[in-house]
Amino acid sequence: MFSVFRDLVRYNLEFAIGLVLLFAVVIFSCLSFFSPVDPSMVYRVVPDQPPNLDYWFGTNSRGQDMFWQLSFAFRNSLTFGVTVAILSRIISIVVGLAAGYLGGWVDRVLMFVNDIFVAIPIFPILILFYLVMKTGSNSFVLAILMACFGWPFDARLIRSVALGLRYREFTRQAVFAGMSPLRIMWEEHLPYVMPIIFSTAMANMIWAIGLEVTLAVLGFTNLNIPTIGTTLYWANNHSALVVGTWWWIVIPVAIVVIMFLGLFLLAVSLNEYIDPRSRLRRMGA
Amino acid sequence: MANVLEVRNLKAYYLMNYFGVQREVRAVDDITMSIGRNEVYGIAGESSSGKTSFIKVLAAAIRPPLRVVGGSATYDFGGGIEVDVTAARDEDIEAIRWRHLSYIMQGSMSVLNPLRRVGKIFEDFASRPLGLSGPAFRQVVVDHLGRLKLPPSVLNAYPHELSGGMRQRVTIGLATVCKPQFIIADEPTTALDVVVQKDVLSLIKSLQVEMGSSIVFVTHDMSVHANIADRIGIIYAGRLVEEGPTRQMFTAPRHPYTAHLVASLPRIGDMARRPALEGRPPSLAAPPQGCRFHPRCPLAVEKCKTEVPPLATIGPGHRTACWRADDVRPLVGAEAAVHA
Amino acid sequence: MKDYLLFALKRIVQLLAVILAGCSIAFLIAHLSPISPVEQIIMQVTGRSAASPEAIEKLRAALTEQFGLDVPLWQQYLSFLGRLVVLDFGPALIAFPTPAMDLVRLALPWTVGLLTVSTIITWLLGNIFGALAGYFQNSRLLKAFGIIAIGIQPIPYYIVAFLLVIIFGFMWPILPISGGFAMNVTPGWTWQFALSIVHYSLLPAFALVIVGIGTWFLGMRALVSNVITEDYVTYAELGGVKEGRIVSSYVFRNALVPQLTALAMSLGGIFSGTVITEQVFTYPGLGSLLIRAVNGGDTAVVMAISCISIISVAGAIFIIDLVHPLLDPRVKAE
Repeated sequence: MFSVFRDLVRYNLEFAIGLVLLFAVVIFSCLSFFSPVDPSMVYRVVPDQPPNLDYWFGTNSRGQDMFWQLSFAFRNSLTFGVTVAILSRIISIVVGLAAGYLGGWVDRVLMFVNDIFVAIPIFPILILFYLVMKTGSNSFVLAILMACFGWPFDARLIRSVALGLRYREFTRQAVFAGMSPLRIMWEEHLPYVMPIIFSTAMANMIWAIGLEVTLAVLGFTNLNIPTIGTTLYWANNHSALVVGTWWWIVIPVAIVVIMFLGLFLLAVSLNEYIDPRSRLRRMGA
Repeated sequence: MANVLEVRNLKAYYLMNYFGVQREVRAVDDITMSIGRNEVYGIAGESSSGKTSFIKVLAAAIRPPLRVVGGSATYDFGGGIEVDVTAARDEDIEAIRWRHLSYIMQGSMSVLNPLRRVGKIFEDFASRPLGLSGPAFRQVVVDHLGRLKLPPSVLNAYPHELSGGMRQRVTIGLATVCKPQFIIADEPTTALDVVVQKDVLSLIKSLQVEMGSSIVFVTHDMSVHANIADRIGIIYAGRLVEEGPTRQMFTAPRHPYTAHLVASLPRIGDMARRPALEGRPPSLAAPPQGCRFHPRCPLAVEKCKTEVPPLATIGPGHRTACWRADDVRPLVGAEAAVHA
Repeated sequence: MKDYLLFALKRIVQLLAVILAGCSIAFLIAHLSPISPVEQIIMQVTGRSAASPEAIEKLRAALTEQFGLDVPLWQQYLSFLGRLVVLDFGPALIAFPTPAMDLVRLALPWTVGLLTVSTIITWLLGNIFGALAGYFQNSRLLKAFGIIAIGIQPIPYYIVAFLLVIIFGFMWPILPISGGFAMNVTPGWTWQFALSIVHYSLLPAFALVIVGIGTWFLGMRALVSNVITEDYVTYAELGGVKEGRIVSSYVFRNALVPQLTALAMSLGGIFSGTVITEQVFTYPGLGSLLIRAVNGGDTAVVMAISCISIISVAGAIFIIDLVHPLLDPRVKAE
């Protein structure tokens, strides 16, 4: 496993760059654990200061130090993304393996449900959710809701892999030896789908964080928790661009782009690495 | 040139550079041979012997990481058309494709574009070489299909709508409609059941006789070679180890590997156990020293381990690369190896 | 022909099932709230003016009856389904007593128009360039395209739209950044109006195209890289088939089929993206309506938009499914 990792870093430029970018953002967000500032407090420092030696990322119109504010914001957004990714992976693994391996009516029912979820546009539902929950909505419930919409694509992918595995020899041997379907799926098939899970997890994180940012910017989440989206919301609220506090918007957007780029490069390079056909192509000197 | 194909010292290797590891796989390692007009030449060999790479070079169908690193393969189609496919320009190769040189690929399902009707596929391939279009072209195709016992309605069908046997005949028809002088057939009967095999083989043979073309027929199935090949060449580990007229190859092989290949054919009524060769085919990235067959050869001696036997002529049209060619006996029955 | 009809029938059943399930989910969420909509309205009313307790009670009773909350949940559900069939979502709070559906009906054409046009452009252009990039792998221009696509691809709709507003609103104001048509043009079936619509939709469409094109480009490029290793492509090259023919009929056509499926699956996301983009550009479509409704606490309109979105997206997927067998003759009734 680690040799694969090391090879990827050494020879696959995309992977290396993606890793570096993501790492930078993660370290930045981990700094929040050492923050001397409470992120929910406002008007603690001089507002509207451009980036300088005292305040590396400047301060915003609410009197908050942007550096620590953004550190918290990225930590919260990343945690949110990871939560959604993990939850939706679990659902998609269960659905995908079960549908692919068990087949029959299980497959039909699961795929039917899958198609339904694919067709439903998530944004109006999320807005509806916010509307009825108002202040009751918190990040975790939102994460669960998003996970419920984030599994269909990848479940289909895992299902097609599982379908292929079903007829492989080692599966038949396991069945013949009396292994229960659950054990087969867990011990034999799961390792095969792990690479797909890793790369789709990245894509899923991008999607989840993007959606969270969108909701927050429009003001549809709990605005007191600092996240990327809420930062942009407050920036808009205080007409940052018009007033001239450009760093309030530009810096978060820049870091967001870096983070997304990092996640995306990781997903793409992992994807290409997994695909055996592309591997052969890359071998031609 | 009397021969339609002259191959001289052909070398084609896979040159790979992956994650810092360099590998050189010598798929075709110095082959010299020729094929005459109106001749069926069978190429036999195990999987990963290099035979597929060899015919890819002949078909001008190689792609990196496979590269020609030496030698030549020159066609002479008469009328002054001489092309060395290892060195010719793209336009010259395009000019001979399908009109003079065609290819029957393994597997009939995957070679036809699943989203295109058969008639359109014929147009794509054969319209330009024949220089015909429209109704005249269609008539030629329909006539040709008739010879293969295929109805004209086949032209309107999609590949997946045809049965396996029909598809195979369509692919043969596609490769022969321009009446090329040279056809390369790559395992066209593998994965077909025996009855269909017989049909396909007799079809190919009758077309060949009718058109006077030469065919290079690649398969590991010796019974197919026995059926239609005029001459057979055995490829082992990227090298030609024996070549001769079919009958002689079966009755009097002069290379231990050939003897084993020939003996593997079951004969009705013959209950003797077939001797199996020990070991596995050698890695083409690190082939054995000396004669490449020596680790598995029952006749091997010290010389075989260090010196490479040349492909020498030992009879009319019969060449072999073995230091102990005279000691080789056909293996039939329980007496397996002949240890001297 | 009969196969196709059977196929279409199965798809219709699926379509109806999706609409039912989706709208039911919306219904469930709408009734999830700990605070009933009646109380929300009463809170708003009492917040704005004083009212006597009897008046509030009468208001509560009237609203409860109007919202149908005086009957058990399953009855509410049934009546909801009944009203769904005729697309009746009740009156809109933000424009009382106009039916919510009327507001949606006004906004829907803008969204559908913007979405359809920009999606078709994005999908076609992305796939064509992606196919060329996948086939002509040594072209430096196409490789540069690829890198740009990778850079743009992960940026969410909102940020792209926002950036465009900044660029074209403040830095280089040559295109209108808000509204659906110029204010001095009267709506009607005139060329002037049509041109104005196009003019005002350029930026939102541009935002949508930028976000979407990267995905199709990269996806198609990967697909084509695999298709060119297929036996029938190798055979066609062996057979001397003209390169243009190979690229169009052997590579592009074959790689396009899974992209069509992918399009169907991503319509939900594209719809969401359109709604978001509209809001940034105050384009008079469902997006702006949605925000107004949420800020006004108008459940009826939000429900209406949710259900109409579900119906539209499911309908579009249905249409794509019907087209699918025409593109790939191997797909029949599964």
